[in-house]
Amino acid sequence: MHELGIVEHVIRTLHDVAEENNVRRIGSVTLEVGEVSGVVMDLLTDCWNWFREKDDLVKGAELLTETIEAVTVCTACDKTYRTVDHGKTCPHCGSKETYLLRGNEFSIKQIEAELFDDPEDGEPETE
Amino acid sequence: MKVIELRRTVTDSNDRDAEALRRELRSKGIFLINLMSAAGSGKTTLLSRTITDLTGKVDIGVMEADIASDVDAVRISGLGAQSIQMHTDGMCHVDAGMARAGIEAMEDLKADVVFLENVGNLICPAEFDTGAHRKVMILSVPEGDDKPLKYPLMFRESDALVITKTDALPYFDFDLDAAKRRALALNPDIRIFPVSAKTGEGMAEWEDWLLSELEAWKRDA
Repeated sequence: MHELGIVEHVIRTLHDVAEENNVRRIGSVTLEVGEVSGVVMDLLTDCWNWFREKDDLVKGAELLTETIEAVTVCTACDKTYRTVDHGKTCPHCGSKETYLLRGNEFSIKQIEAELFDDPEDGEPETE
Repeated sequence: MKVIELRRTVTDSNDRDAEALRRELRSKGIFLINLMSAAGSGKTTLLSRTITDLTGKVDIGVMEADIASDVDAVRISGLGAQSIQMHTDGMCHVDAGMARAGIEAMEDLKADVVFLENVGNLICPAEFDTGAHRKVMILSVPEGDDKPLKYPLMFRESDALVITKTDALPYFDFDLDAAKRRALALNPDIRIFPVSAKTGEGMAEWEDWLLSELEAWKRDA
């Protein structure tokens, strides 16, 4: 269960960030997920929903995702193409001398957070 | 609510733990090797033979990570090597925190080289840094020569590829040259060792590499 381990690492990173930024509570987390990162989003969301209830910092926090299109570069003809459609073989010239330019990302882009000592935030918001 | 931009990779916290563990092991003089492969590829058999062959030359310790059971650790400790069984409780890989717990649990550890036998799986272990100094993967002949095409990350990440069970080559459609070519296309620096732990064929080359990497690591200190 790969996704469970990933969620555990996301939450640990969020705790570090919370400490550095004086965060009391996190309302949402936005992930950037490459099309070929190998992460199964449905499973990840299930793991997140289970884990977040066990942790006060992220209790109830929403998990948002932005997909990054996977692009491969061909070193033979210097053209690029969509990895998901053609895999490792360049559709322009047929070469297999290609490498992934982007699309295997898996990173935390941003969080929405409520800070300690922030007069604008005050009580936890309900939306 | 305030928006905080992060742009941190998800494995950030693990990467830091791994770097810290790597440095600590360096100060203790322990060379840690992350050994990865699919289930049933012959990790424990390769290690058993390696431990036996290198007795007197180098002290080897083994951390066996499995989802359950202790059959592998029992096999290894029968050879007189220090070993410990770790259970990942269903998790598909070992991360730096688990590797640290394993090292700390090996009391009075007197090994020059410790192998971390990762969970049998070619996917997730490639993505998590365990704090090891070298990564070695195994591909066994019955698994097929197409595995570099299916699990490219593992081949890209590894320093060495041990192709095991070469005594079974006559019985399988495994093209050794194709497997080597496919692995090298993904990782031109990967060292490839076809071996049979059963007949001993190729074991000397693999063990020489291991010893020379250990010496190189010691010199880098």
